[in-house]
Amino acid sequence: MNTGTRDRNFVLAGVGGQGTLLVSNVLAHVGVRAGYDVKKAEVHGMAQRGGSVSSHIRWGAKIHSPLIGLGEADYLVAFEVLEALRYVELLRPGGTVIVGEMRIPPLSVSSGGDVYPDDETVRRILGQATEDLSFVPSVRLAKDAGNVRAHNIVLLGALSVHLDQVPLEVWLEVIGEWVPKRYLEVNVNAFRMGREAY
Amino acid sequence: MTQKALYSGNEAVARGAYEAGVRVAAAYPGTPSTEILENLARYDAVYSEWSPNEKVALDVAIGAAYAGSRAMAVMKHVGLNVAADAFFYASMTGMEAGLVIVCADDPNMFSSQNEQDNRHYAKFARVPCLEPSDSQEAKDLVGVALELSERFDGPVMLRLTTRISHSNALVELGERTAQEPADPPQYRIDRSKYVMVPGNARRRHPIVEERVRQVKAYAETFSANRVEMGERSLGIVTGGVAYQYAKEVFPRASFLKLGMTWPLPEALIRDFAARVERLIVVEELDPMIEEEIRLMGIPVEGKSIFPLCGELDPSVVRQCAIQAGLLPPETAPAHGPPAQGLPARPPLLCPGCPHRGVFVTTNKLKLVVSGDIGCYTLGFLPPLSALHTCGCMGASIGQAHGVSKAGIAQKHVAVIGDSTFFHTGMPALLNVAYNQSDTVVLILDNRTTAMTGHQQHPGTGRTLMEQPTYAVEFEALARAMGIEHVHTVDPYDLGAVERALRACLDAEGPAVVISRRECALLPVARAQWMALAVDEERCNGCGLCFQVGCPAIVRSSRLDGKTGHAIAWIDPMLCTGCEVCAQVCARKAISLRDEMAAEEA
Repeated sequence: MNTGTRDRNFVLAGVGGQGTLLVSNVLAHVGVRAGYDVKKAEVHGMAQRGGSVSSHIRWGAKIHSPLIGLGEADYLVAFEVLEALRYVELLRPGGTVIVGEMRIPPLSVSSGGDVYPDDETVRRILGQATEDLSFVPSVRLAKDAGNVRAHNIVLLGALSVHLDQVPLEVWLEVIGEWVPKRYLEVNVNAFRMGREAY
Repeated sequence: MTQKALYSGNEAVARGAYEAGVRVAAAYPGTPSTEILENLARYDAVYSEWSPNEKVALDVAIGAAYAGSRAMAVMKHVGLNVAADAFFYASMTGMEAGLVIVCADDPNMFSSQNEQDNRHYAKFARVPCLEPSDSQEAKDLVGVALELSERFDGPVMLRLTTRISHSNALVELGERTAQEPADPPQYRIDRSKYVMVPGNARRRHPIVEERVRQVKAYAETFSANRVEMGERSLGIVTGGVAYQYAKEVFPRASFLKLGMTWPLPEALIRDFAARVERLIVVEELDPMIEEEIRLMGIPVEGKSIFPLCGELDPSVVRQCAIQAGLLPPETAPAHGPPAQGLPARPPLLCPGCPHRGVFVTTNKLKLVVSGDIGCYTLGFLPPLSALHTCGCMGASIGQAHGVSKAGIAQKHVAVIGDSTFFHTGMPALLNVAYNQSDTVVLILDNRTTAMTGHQQHPGTGRTLMEQPTYAVEFEALARAMGIEHVHTVDPYDLGAVERALRACLDAEGPAVVISRRECALLPVARAQWMALAVDEERCNGCGLCFQVGCPAIVRSSRLDGKTGHAIAWIDPMLCTGCEVCAQVCARKAISLRDEMAAEEA
């Protein structure tokens, strides 16, 4: 099934507790199902809840490093706006950035003197890195799909549009293996909405 | 068709132990090693346990190996400091069956107090060290380690690092090969081998050194030490995850990939060095391989090019190689500048964390706090800034006793988590009682080992394999040790915490306060979550509630008419209803649970 020859490097960024790791698991296993060699790297432990989290996923013919270097990411998917900015250095020029429109102010903003970047700053920083930039109303779409927590799967749906070598059935099959049965319908809806919104 | 799975290094080690016939495995949780035993516990054929600390875990594994069963002990890198005594005697005695000691180093200190390179321990204790470069090797090398352990009659270390433990790659699965014995095996008694009194130990030491010589000879043809010849202008000696980074950066170079990083195969290295024009070592942390090669009299470069501190990654390796003239500058991929001045987002105490009420109170009483290792270490961060030391597991109580004996102007306490107390806090509390100081110890009992992801411990009443068991009572334990003043409080009740602390600080002699409340993320606590709300008319934006450092209470966009300060807002998605913020609010502007429930009704 693997028709692409070049490596695909994905960086997922979010806040602990947002479901970043679920999406990274799905994305990695979709790569395996599509016939790629796959590696995935993430850091857990140390009560990452509430902290900045990121996952690196690589698909290719033969993958060595589990980590993606500066300028090597083809796709940056952020589940939170500020977190998109934190990893922008990893993106190759012209790479794809998909940002979910959720803003979670860090404690240093809510109880200290730090300032959350405004929309203009966000667009400027990301716009310098690439023209292929999309903001997805992930929260609104997830609510429409039936549960705001499925915002992560909305973004996976948006990403899947870029990976048309992978048939829709493969995405849905793998999502079905990783999402609890009672939330499956909501997540499938969320995935489809992410695809269509894009 | 062989079955393949996308396993993390930790899952792969667990699978490897299962397939290689390990019968007994013991560990204490510690990032990045924790998931190894969690995964192994799913295989019924293997007995797996959480021991109270790594030293006990290693003694357990050694005992099983003395008894003739393949055994494994697992720990994070600093866990081997705790288990070092056992590690050294096991090397002296050898065992009746294979023993593998898995330790996971943490370059870059994602969740550790240091980034010590445990390969030093291998050399120090004369224990062979195997290092996988991906999940497949992690699985395979468990079996290899056990075979080597039996062949050479000594323990073998399997050294992982965070990026091996927590990276997933494809692994081919096999079957469990070991046959279960029909009858219990006879314990073979051999006092000269297993009783390490000086007379026996003196006879064992030359045997251990001979073993090193034999392992060295074996390493020359060991299949996991392999040469991949490419262009001869550059030869790279490497191992572990550094091999993967080097392959990315130098796809055409020649490689000597070491699966055994101590002891080293001298002839193989000499031969490889002679075939290449320039020899470099790419290794994370200390120049272990580099220095060993230099001791052989072979010219080699390593830490003059690559950093000693932190972890490597493809960018670091490439940038250093460019600076050293090994690669032309244009080989670096183009990328934009990093975004500057972003607010940091460190991990923090969760909404509803029971530790918060304790720290709010120690701050109110202006206490000096000797800290320990667990989620509560995060209490050092602003705005709480409530914890003032963190060294190693169990250090808080001994430190506080020392502070007490030295004498200071301020009042002070030690804080330690429930699991950490069992780990190494107990002897320190015994010392407080034995040598009598005015030390006040706060045991933060959240009914789990929270930081590593909710593992059982001797106080929870359940084992790793989900068997019900005796649950230790801290109160009885403290009294049995000789602590007279023992209080138990609910940390959600700030008044109770303050009263207990004041009573202990005013009393003569040692005291223990047990702060008992489940971790807010445990299912029993989740079932009681209920979001509170701010009364916008009462709140004047004074900001007291922000100082409890809860992610659920933030500044709203609405300003108070008089003060001009932002009114507080509680995020109903995050708030668990612990009421700590409500108790510090001077204007009673935050609804309590009862009021919320009444409103709802």
